[in-house]
Amino acid sequence: MAELKKERTQVQDVDRSLYDFRNEEKDVYRVDAGLTPDIVKQISREKNDPEWMTELRLKSLEIYNRLSIPDWGPPIDELDMDHIVTYVRPNTKMSAKWSEVPADIKDTFEKLGIPQAERESLAGVGAQYDSELVYHNVKEEVAAQGVVYTDLESAMHGPYEEMIRSHFMHLVPPSDHKFAALHGAVWSGGSFVYVPPHVNVEIPLQSYFRLNAPGAGQFEHTLIIVDEGASLHFIEGCSAPKYNVANLHAGCVELYVGKNAKLRYSTIENWSKNMYNLNTKRAIVEEGGVMEWVSGSFGSHTSYLYPMTILKGKGSRMEFTGITFAGRGQNLDTGAKVVHQGADTSSYINTKSISKDGGVSTFRSAVTIQKNAKNSKAAVSCQSLMLDVISRSDTIPAMDVRTCDADVGHEARIGRISDDAVFYLMSRGISEEDARAMIVSGFADNVSKELPLEYAMEMNNLIRLEMKGSIG
Amino acid sequence: MKDALLQTSGLTACIEEKELLHGVDLTIHSGETHVLMGPNGAGKSTLGYVLMGNPKYTVTDGKIYFAGQDITELSADKRAKAGMFLSFQEPLEVPGLTLEGFIRSALQQKAGHVRYYDFKKELARCMEILQMDPSYAQRSLNVGFSGGEKKKAEILQLMMLKPQLAILDETDSGLDVDAVRLVSKGIEEYQRDSNGALLIITHSTRILDSLHVDHTHVMVDGHIVANGDGSLVDEINRGGYERFERSAEE
Repeated sequence: MAELKKERTQVQDVDRSLYDFRNEEKDVYRVDAGLTPDIVKQISREKNDPEWMTELRLKSLEIYNRLSIPDWGPPIDELDMDHIVTYVRPNTKMSAKWSEVPADIKDTFEKLGIPQAERESLAGVGAQYDSELVYHNVKEEVAAQGVVYTDLESAMHGPYEEMIRSHFMHLVPPSDHKFAALHGAVWSGGSFVYVPPHVNVEIPLQSYFRLNAPGAGQFEHTLIIVDEGASLHFIEGCSAPKYNVANLHAGCVELYVGKNAKLRYSTIENWSKNMYNLNTKRAIVEEGGVMEWVSGSFGSHTSYLYPMTILKGKGSRMEFTGITFAGRGQNLDTGAKVVHQGADTSSYINTKSISKDGGVSTFRSAVTIQKNAKNSKAAVSCQSLMLDVISRSDTIPAMDVRTCDADVGHEARIGRISDDAVFYLMSRGISEEDARAMIVSGFADNVSKELPLEYAMEMNNLIRLEMKGSIG
Repeated sequence: MKDALLQTSGLTACIEEKELLHGVDLTIHSGETHVLMGPNGAGKSTLGYVLMGNPKYTVTDGKIYFAGQDITELSADKRAKAGMFLSFQEPLEVPGLTLEGFIRSALQQKAGHVRYYDFKKELARCMEILQMDPSYAQRSLNVGFSGGEKKKAEILQLMMLKPQLAILDETDSGLDVDAVRLVSKGIEEYQRDSNGALLIITHSTRILDSLHVDHTHVMVDGHIVANGDGSLVDEINRGGYERFERSAEE
């Protein structure tokens, strides 16, 4: 019986040791806390920005100081911008060889499985350690196709400067909201991808972002341009070690999908549980183009995340598949937005959310069909699973339809894990913990099916990890 | 007398303070086929759940022994690992968990590593006996299955897991003649393969046509009111439960 009792003991905190680890800070450089034009200029100088970028940063800072903090979502009062060190970079130069990466940084990456992921025929790894890109490698076959996959900083000084200048923060302008303005002022690190016309990149490109200094915000920028008739799958993986000081992530992703082009953007985010994740992602799709989002949101203390798609061209399409897992102390406000501008456009938003141990999960969607978007279709489906009576799940769908021939649907379902289903699985020899994890993994199946195998496995491991000790 | 596989003595159980089983005595030996009959609401399914360890029910008195071990306090998964199985009257649906993945996980719990090739071969063989379309293996457990397919999936699990004791709760209800025949065939196959014992809970007797019944028990109002051999089934077929219901009231 002692064994039985032990199994039923409530575990207060999930064992995240697998994902929560940190290195001693060995930062060579750090700016003063707080945000002034001088600091922004200093960042710009250090990054060797072209003049137009310095101007963009200063303009963004002005907007940042003017805008107020959003008041419609989960509370972010604990966020004190005056004490967040916004820019940290590790004591290493960019390196194309794994052997040249410092040992402690390598150790951190190794725990995240980056070198292994590369071995497994991924096209290239651009791993961001704090705010600098320390390891970057694109396989020759991809580069040979004319595909540009590099860090944004160096791309700004090359032949793609004009392309970056005409796209950078054009889709997400600094005036969008306070944290977009902050991003514009202090952004650092990130990826630039350009796929030339009619090039199909068959292997997914991937990038890892991590935070590794207490109080350090991360403001990486991803800019992807998929030209006419081309296709790409980009994977963004995030994981950060755990700290006591509130951390802020205000990244920005801008995706340009050309005529008849196709882009799939997959993300598994696993932030530490003190992270404020205020990320902005947006895509614009030209005629006949296809945008696919696959998004898994785990971890973080508070999230505001609503990837937006503008279906500009005639017959353009988008599909959003997402899952959010909110545990103890987490308030995750996630969803998707779509704007139908062109005729014959279609969108499908399909999300699942799981809440547990008092976690709050809110699904927010906004579908807009503008008056030129004749004969458009939009469908929204969201399902929520609450694992106990103290957790919370909300659905806030918004629709604004300005045509008379739109085909619009919305479906929302909220449920709990059925005790009968748990007993059913247990009656076949499966432990209660495993039975619950199997039911939750099954619930998340539509997302893991969309992910490459190793990411699907990572997501299932995360679910398993989150479910551990959930039996009270 | 040889050791019993399953034995209950004075088994009393309730759900939310309401007593549903009032001291049930039952003994089943390896390889035997027992039939539990009785009118609606007599407590037959409750007995199945209590034997399997459904946490909704509380055992307030009496003990359950399985293979010599007191299992009264064990959780359902431990009972299953010890060799018990319950075929559900209404199998639950689990979206995203494939029938094949589920059976394989359950087998791994019992047997540790399972060779994938052997597993696939055995699964295909059993599905063929039950005339289940192979595509069902990759479908979500019971989701969108017809009543008949759900029951077949239960018997498929029985054939794959090969428990020592199978409790079949109304496995034949809602099935057409052909489905009953296939399900019976699967049960026979299981019993021949594994020398398994059966406790068949049923209203009707169609499922029994092809099985040899060793013992029959009649349950009324949470009591076992009559025990007999296979011939008792025929008697009930002719006279119904009226006689037993009267004797229960006395």
